[in-house]
Amino acid sequence: MNNEDKLNELDLLKELGNIGAGNAATALSQLLNKEIHMNVPLAKIVSFNEMMDLMGGSDRPVAAVFLRMEGELSGSLFFVLSLDDATKLINQLIPDKKISVEELPSHELGLSALQELGNIISAHYLTALSECIGLAVTPSVPQVTIDMVGAIVVTGLLEICQVSDHSIFIDTELTETTDNQIEKTKGHFFLIPYPDSFEKILAALGEK
Amino acid sequence: MTSVESVVKVGIAEMGIVKSPQLIRTAGLGSCVGVVIYDTSTKIAGMVHIMLPDSNLTRQAPVNADKYADTGILHLVDNLLLKGIKSYSMKAKIAGGAQMFQFSSSGTDMMRIGPRNVEAVKEKLAALHIPLISEDCGGNNGRTIEFNPENGKLMIKTVNKGVCYI
Repeated sequence: MNNEDKLNELDLLKELGNIGAGNAATALSQLLNKEIHMNVPLAKIVSFNEMMDLMGGSDRPVAAVFLRMEGELSGSLFFVLSLDDATKLINQLIPDKKISVEELPSHELGLSALQELGNIISAHYLTALSECIGLAVTPSVPQVTIDMVGAIVVTGLLEICQVSDHSIFIDTELTETTDNQIEKTKGHFFLIPYPDSFEKILAALGEK
Repeated sequence: MTSVESVVKVGIAEMGIVKSPQLIRTAGLGSCVGVVIYDTSTKIAGMVHIMLPDSNLTRQAPVNADKYADTGILHLVDNLLLKGIKSYSMKAKIAGGAQMFQFSSSGTDMMRIGPRNVEAVKEKLAALHIPLISEDCGGNNGRTIEFNPENGKLMIKTVNKGVCYI
């Protein structure tokens, strides 16, 4: 395959990220009653260690919701937030029980709210993706955790790493527009398709 | 105390070797296992960041030896032997092998990969007669580790529990 084909494939994957994260951003906007925007996704073939750098260093502490895509496509989807943003989002969801960043890791109700938020917006991401490519994708029950981003995302690399030292990495950033027009990052979607799904995605997108 | 310490970083599925006063570190271990093999007399230490237990799992050619417990430890030991370290003076410390997520259904074996990595590392060290001095394995939290060949201490940092030395 020549480089031009490869770039075209990555553009198609970027488009996929656009569709998925666009729907998720709309869902998040409605949930929080705020304007949430999405930046143009990044689709890259990266080494595992480059991926860690792109995520801000493998020991950066984050709150993450993780789910597996199953069905005609398989892969991993992560919704990742800084601890500050996770706390702010939770406080918007359960306003009568304000929590602090320090309380977050052991706050059951807060984590449960975050899991539900992750559940809703990941479902929007995957439904849009599934409809767009015409392949059935079922999400697993999402899991939420607070830890180092590298330790978390490596779970999504276990299938791929038996085949390769590189992975397709689709990252979409969500931002919030505030009154003073300063955009603040609200979170990232990291989509990591498994190797066999990759071909299926390209075939499905190519036919459109 | 006159020399300046520098830290050599080991990435995922990578290996590195340092000599005091250098330190060696790997960040964000989840289900992966960080294996340190060191020698207190020459103050040389090596580290490998292992992702999977067994190189027979691979469907890749050529195999990245440092990715697997069996081949990664062998590769590290071979490189330490080249540095002049005697096999009988090698000692090991390990950390990692967490289970970051608890999936009840659709339990592919991959979800228990942390404990399996730890088992495989221990088997390989035992087979090579390298004594395991200390370990911090399992649980469900990520770890960043840093080894100091000067004093043989392995620092372990977690998000929720702070720093400890083993």
